[in-house]
Amino acid sequence: MNTNADTQDFKARAADYGQRYGILIALVLVCAALALANEFFLTQRNIINVLRQASINGILAIGMTFVILTRGIDLSVGSVVALAGVVSASLATTSATAGVAGAPYAFYIALSLGILVGMVAGWVNGVLVAYFNVPSFVTTLGMLSAARGLTLLYTGGRPVPSLTDEYRYIGTGDLFGIPMPIVLFAAVFVVALVVLTSTRFGRHVYAAGGNPHAARVSGINVKRVRMAVYIISGALAGLAGMILAARTGSALPQAGIAYELDAIAAVVIGGTSLSGGVGRVTGTLIGALLISVVNNGLDLMGVESYYQQVIKGMLIVAAVMLDQARHKHA
Amino acid sequence: MQPLLEVRGLTKSFGGVAALSDGRFTLRPGTVHALCGGNGAGKSTFLTIVMGIQSRDAGSIRVLGKEAQFTRPSDALAAGVSIIEQELSPVPAMSVAENIFLGREPTGLFGRVDFARMNADAQELLDSLHFSISARSLMMDLTVAELQLVEIAKALSYNAEIIIMDEPTSALGEAQADELFAAIKRLKEQGKGIIYVSHRLSEIFEIADEYTVFRDGRFVGEGAIADVTRDALIEMIVGRPLTEEFAKSNTPTDQPVLQVNGLNAETWVKDISFTLHRGEILALYGLMGSGRSEIFERLFGLSPDMGGQITLNGKRVSLSSPNDAIAHGLAFVTEDRKGSGLNLMADLRDNICMARLDELSKLGFMNRAREASAAQRMIEAFGIKTPNDRLVVSGLSGGNQQKVVLGKWFLTEPGILLLDEPTRGVDVGAKREIYRVMSDFAAKGGAVIMISSETDEVLGMADRVIVLRDGRISGEVGRDALSANSLLHLAA
Repeated sequence: MNTNADTQDFKARAADYGQRYGILIALVLVCAALALANEFFLTQRNIINVLRQASINGILAIGMTFVILTRGIDLSVGSVVALAGVVSASLATTSATAGVAGAPYAFYIALSLGILVGMVAGWVNGVLVAYFNVPSFVTTLGMLSAARGLTLLYTGGRPVPSLTDEYRYIGTGDLFGIPMPIVLFAAVFVVALVVLTSTRFGRHVYAAGGNPHAARVSGINVKRVRMAVYIISGALAGLAGMILAARTGSALPQAGIAYELDAIAAVVIGGTSLSGGVGRVTGTLIGALLISVVNNGLDLMGVESYYQQVIKGMLIVAAVMLDQARHKHA
Repeated sequence: MQPLLEVRGLTKSFGGVAALSDGRFTLRPGTVHALCGGNGAGKSTFLTIVMGIQSRDAGSIRVLGKEAQFTRPSDALAAGVSIIEQELSPVPAMSVAENIFLGREPTGLFGRVDFARMNADAQELLDSLHFSISARSLMMDLTVAELQLVEIAKALSYNAEIIIMDEPTSALGEAQADELFAAIKRLKEQGKGIIYVSHRLSEIFEIADEYTVFRDGRFVGEGAIADVTRDALIEMIVGRPLTEEFAKSNTPTDQPVLQVNGLNAETWVKDISFTLHRGEILALYGLMGSGRSEIFERLFGLSPDMGGQITLNGKRVSLSSPNDAIAHGLAFVTEDRKGSGLNLMADLRDNICMARLDELSKLGFMNRAREASAAQRMIEAFGIKTPNDRLVVSGLSGGNQQKVVLGKWFLTEPGILLLDEPTRGVDVGAKREIYRVMSDFAAKGGAVIMISSETDEVLGMADRVIVLRDGRISGEVGRDALSANSLLHLAA
């Protein structure tokens, strides 16, 4: 019967949309509920606040997306946040700048160095994973500990204080009224989106994660792709570390503890498969926003922060359960 | 005699589409009954319903004369129906005995597993079947054929009367297949009934007593194998009169394209020398483990240089990576379609473009329009049945998947095709198309090296055969002198 076929078609299309936009719908629903529950939620100030809170985790999660797409995991990002933060900040303190001859450039040198520190940590991870076949879980667990240790050694356990105003700009300044962390997050997102959807390297990442053997036979240098994704994750962790230091005003050696977990959560909520090859950076963006919105909403409603952790835990598991159920139907 | 299994009018639809509309099947004790049909004929649907994995819409299933209502695979198992699936799922780190008694280990005091009894029982079972496998060896140390024998033992340990085998030889070489056939014959003698599913017709004629053919979800015929010819059976399966099975349109020239001299591969494949000519289909024949695939892997830069010379169109080349090999015009359809041929998580378009990304991009940015048109071109050229190129390839049938792999390689405009078991797990219709593609490619000036375990295929397609034994060339046979005997003689 025609109507029957139409219903079938409608159902199939609804399922398809659900698959594609499920997390987005969840985000919209949560936002709508919060907007009804609290008139402060939809104010400009609060929206900016939510976005700013999402930005550091979002940047880490975007790097994590690359790694997870290749069937890996990067547990070291939290520690790299701290290491990159203290190394670059130590060059950008008022006292250091006073002593450097090329003072006007010190800011740029400090920034480049932070990203470089992240890239070196990522490169070490990548070489171990790709060329020495150490499982990424183990490699980056090692780096989690080692990078934290180096941070403490470098600082003697003390914060790196009194950052220059220039440096603080990337954490507290704004561009056309939009806070810098959000601007940087948006920029990272756009670049990652283009890389993953429109470049040859992006195709390599999906192929290497979807089936590394088939990718290799097809002429893709899978080892190099693997190494590259850890370098990307490290570089973004470096950037996130500097933004965090700039926002705080000083780089703390204990910064970024457990940040890897929120980053992984955002990726997973965003629908990227931990077994690699399937996922979108748009999903990760929505995942990071959802985590931030939920935290913000619970804050607004005066829920104690201890409960927030419990709720976040349930949210992560629920998102993956939904995903599994969807795949079973497909 | 009462049939072991009698199925009538079995019907099943998925979302309004009938996958099976009249499933009929009669299995008598002490027979091997081939279930034949192309991809999408309804064989899998039929088997999953018989095994209680899916429910039926209508129809009756009688096991040993009693109406059966299985709702779980364990119901079927308890009633004496067991299946040996195409993809075996052993627990690799456990012993043979542990795998056989998985989930029903004999226990002693305080629920402790009684390993001594389990090993003894398992060994007795294996010995009674004349399987020379130790119950204590680990599954991961067994060959694929041995894993299958263990599965058979496991099925019998449930007192199975009906054993379903789904493409049991798809991962076996000829010698190993013979081992399996010997086991099947012994089961027959014990009065068991075997439902045998295979795309390989020569096997069906070797082992089966009866056949049932399904096409488009319907029963089309049944009978004794002794009363049917190969061509008649194919016609029933395909549903239209036969064309030439092995369409050969190429004629080899004497112009060398690839010369291999004293090539070594891995540590045990030594001193391989041969010349491939333009327009030629050359077959590498040998038992599993004779070094066939290793030669391909070396030629394609997947394994390191171990010495020897490779000359392509008169120039010495090193072929040190797949990228290098592709750049020199080689294409490699691997033996393991799912393991190293396709990215099962990706769609047709991405799979087809996977080996051609350099050409389809500029300064690192993909040209999407060219990707789409390339995929479309290959879908049309190979007649791949798909609604669009955004379908994830894991949803395609074996034959269509293999065509996607071929499409991926033809997109690279190769001069030499390396085909390792190109028709494995592919139905009769798709097989013919693959043969046609091969010979057209050679006829247009390409050169093909193929590996095949199916003697018929080698006899039908090859212009020349190089036979390998234990990592060395043991002989070469031209098309005029080709016979199954001469090949087996040189290979074993």
